[in-house]
Amino acid sequence: MTKQIIFAISFLATLGVFFYTINRIVRFFRLTRPAFPVKDFRKRITVMLSVAFGQTKIFRKPVIGFFHALVFWGFCVIIFGSLEMVIDGLTGTDRVLKSLGSVYNIIIASGDIFALLVAISIIIFLSRRLFFHIKRFEGIEMKKTTHIDANIALSIILLLMVSLLSMNTGYIEYKTITRESSVGLFPVSSVIAGFINNGQAASYRAMYEASWWTHILLIFLFANLLPYSKHFHVFMSIPNVFLSRLDPLGKLTNMDNITREVRLMLDPNTAFATSASDAPPERFGVKDVEDASWKNYFDSLACTQCGRCTAVCPANITGKKLSPRKVIMDLRTRMNEKGPLMVKNGRDFNDNRSLLRDFISEEELWACTTCNACAKECPININHPTLIVDMRRYLVMEEASAPGEIKALFNNIENNGAPWQYSAEDRMNWSKDLELNIN
Amino acid sequence: METRKIEVPVMADLFAIGEKPEYLFWVGCAGAFDDRYKKVVRAFAKILTHLNVSYAVLGKEETCNGDPARRAGNEMLYQMQALQVIEIFRMYEVKKIITICPHCFNVFKNEYPDLGGKYEVINYLQFLNRNIEDGKLKIGQGSLDNISITYHDPCYLGRANDIYDEPRNILKKLTGNLVEMHRNKSFALCCGAGGAQMFKEAEKGDKEVFIERTEDVLKTNAKVIATACPFCMTMLTDGLKYKNREKEIRNLDIAELIAQSIDL
Repeated sequence: MTKQIIFAISFLATLGVFFYTINRIVRFFRLTRPAFPVKDFRKRITVMLSVAFGQTKIFRKPVIGFFHALVFWGFCVIIFGSLEMVIDGLTGTDRVLKSLGSVYNIIIASGDIFALLVAISIIIFLSRRLFFHIKRFEGIEMKKTTHIDANIALSIILLLMVSLLSMNTGYIEYKTITRESSVGLFPVSSVIAGFINNGQAASYRAMYEASWWTHILLIFLFANLLPYSKHFHVFMSIPNVFLSRLDPLGKLTNMDNITREVRLMLDPNTAFATSASDAPPERFGVKDVEDASWKNYFDSLACTQCGRCTAVCPANITGKKLSPRKVIMDLRTRMNEKGPLMVKNGRDFNDNRSLLRDFISEEELWACTTCNACAKECPININHPTLIVDMRRYLVMEEASAPGEIKALFNNIENNGAPWQYSAEDRMNWSKDLELNIN
Repeated sequence: METRKIEVPVMADLFAIGEKPEYLFWVGCAGAFDDRYKKVVRAFAKILTHLNVSYAVLGKEETCNGDPARRAGNEMLYQMQALQVIEIFRMYEVKKIITICPHCFNVFKNEYPDLGGKYEVINYLQFLNRNIEDGKLKIGQGSLDNISITYHDPCYLGRANDIYDEPRNILKKLTGNLVEMHRNKSFALCCGAGGAQMFKEAEKGDKEVFIERTEDVLKTNAKVIATACPFCMTMLTDGLKYKNREKEIRNLDIAELIAQSIDL
């Protein structure tokens, strides 16, 4: 009974902190702008099944992607055991889901195998970060704290897997020694148990209990650390994929407020037909977090800073300042900075800083070729170029700020109907003296 | 060899005599004004004539469709251009559009519908490939058989619109020696000119993107770079010049390769 009470208290505390965090984040979401209506559920489910559960995009780097896929699929299976632990902990039952029979055995056995596979993968990930120089883990946006964040999260996952295996091992040993019937199959832990079968029943019982508590309390801790870490990814990536922008990568979002203005300009007759909106004019483009869409913010929360986007960015590869990962990370950092102030003082609150310039420079924005390599590469369908273009939109339409040649480009299009200074009269010159050979 | 003069049909002229062509061939600003790219447009016009396709161009009525302005953040200018172009298309009852330029293709196909401009938009590679598959355009008997060719995927055909197979199908018919760069298809590296970069100096860095991409090309030892975009054409030609390789390696558009292979 004491066990149940202690469990219930820690579980409620976990939920309490978790809901506090979620509530905080929901308020930040309320500050953002609309993106697109979420419909086409059939397509979204297909995308989620292939990109999230099938891990298709992570396999664009097949070797390391394989280890990530193992971790992901491992989590999917192991979470079943965690759920059972919560029920057991609250109700005082012992492996309550065993009534599922052979299905239960399969799931528990897979979880046992995956625990080892995930542990191995995490050791590989940690070694890559600690002992190897992986270029995409470097960059101006990668601070010491970001590396510590990554290493802490990976270490916790490793501990989770070790505690799970030791829990299973203790369980089997204890059951074998006491000749009690055990439930579930443990292919990996049975082998481990085979190496250490010289203890007392009581010490195995203690090993099982201690690992059980370590495992579940670590999960509770992890769940509440995640939202403040880059590993929020663990919660946010599946929904982020489900909420993917479904348009072709080449398509930019139409600014309907501009369409209304342009139609008025082109056709004066409609000037009186359309009633002017009473709402204050909205800022064109993105200057700060409140101008970004909920999807941009969602992207920033789901990003785990893997840097695949930056590694394929032509601008970044050739030494320019732009790093698509930084753009996404900056959005999250800025929201953490300004979000609480806006929640407190209203959406119009101004702290004399902004995402543009204080975080993302014009030089970075103008280096983008909109080639969409970053968006194509992102394993969880983050879309960087739309945000970059939205920030250019702010620069150009609100501040008339652009590199000189770009201003010349605008002038040429306006005056000559072409990006260069040529006359429309010359548009057919290419067709002069054109002849076809008749074979 | 006998030759026949080609009079490129202009939409306004056809309309004046009550004719409505099946396709609008959108030449694009690069096709109209870039001396190198004019040759590509000429090659494609020859192929259209060779295939007896019912088409016309807008000629002097063509104007920038706004794409570079949009990518540079000037949504206002983009929409003004776009609405003008849509009005011209409406006037000529345009239903099908063929483009060479992938940027024009993308903007017509994906972005004009938001402004009410809905058309069947096809890229010339899709058009050519379809005609080859249908047996209307007979290639493969040309003189290109043993030349090694590498294809550079334009971002706005590849990643932006998932057109990867058509150019490769065509090139495999032209040569038995199609070699891929290590970054190809959806992994292809941009030439550096997209997103209005074509019209400005690159930001400060330690290398030009087009040089990085040209090095990919050189690693393949191909004798021909096949391109399918006016900006990629400019950038990679510059890259070859920078590397002093422009004499041994030729940068040709797929339309030119086809026209050359069947001696049009």
